[in-house]
Amino acid sequence: MSEQTIATQETQTPQTEAALLPPVDVIEDSAGITLYADLPGVAKDQLNLRVEAETLTIEGQLSLTLPEGMQASHAEVSLPGYRRVFTLSRELDTEKVSAEFKQGVLTLRIPKTAQAQPRRIAINVA
Amino acid sequence: MYRALFPRDVFAELDRLQREMQEAFAFSPTIRGFGRGGFPALNVGATPQSVEIYAFAPGLDPAGVEVHLERGVLSLSGERKSTLAASNEKTIAHINERFVGRFRRVVSLPDDIDPNTVTANYRDGVLHVSVKRRESAQPRRISIQ
Repeated sequence: MSEQTIATQETQTPQTEAALLPPVDVIEDSAGITLYADLPGVAKDQLNLRVEAETLTIEGQLSLTLPEGMQASHAEVSLPGYRRVFTLSRELDTEKVSAEFKQGVLTLRIPKTAQAQPRRIAINVA
Repeated sequence: MYRALFPRDVFAELDRLQREMQEAFAFSPTIRGFGRGGFPALNVGATPQSVEIYAFAPGLDPAGVEVHLERGVLSLSGERKSTLAASNEKTIAHINERFVGRFRRVVSLPDDIDPNTVTANYRDGVLHVSVKRRESAQPRRISIQ
């Protein structure tokens, strides 16, 4: 009985379907983190970005316009989409994530919260 | 590993099968594949009228991409600039996986293509090159008089 419920739960999760792992660059500076991801072949409306708790999920479906009756003879990109998941850390402000998607390159900017940004502390000399 | 252009090759089929098994069980298959390919990844397909090449090359300036067709060999070359260029001592690159630098990939095309009818367009980071086949080589229905 309990095994059955586990099995049905597994089939419902979309995580199980195979997807390509897009290459990324992650660069941190004092004000936040910038993430660049290569998602060629994904149209803007087919890109899905989600932040749940401290998990960032990048998903995209390939949308190529293939001519009718085309037979593939060589395929290096052979899966229908991309997926990559990152765990964010607490000092990042997930409310203020900004994203830009241009020619297959996603640029995500995740700023740090105001408290987490470095401050110069003035030393008072008595 | 490598997926051959000739699907009837038994060894290539075995190779492909093994690779697909690996991909099916791997935690996360990579876009660059298992040592084959490189940048950009290529998909090649054919219709009775044309040969279609898709190069997955995101973030390029289309003006800087060279597409050449010479003696039935199509070559794609160009350069991708680094996004880390603006970095200084205060920035840290935690992950650096994206391709940077000059690239060149070559595809040999079938004999019946017409080199004068090549079209190339760049959309969503995919360079799509379409080469028409010669009229004389296309299948034709012959009517009986």
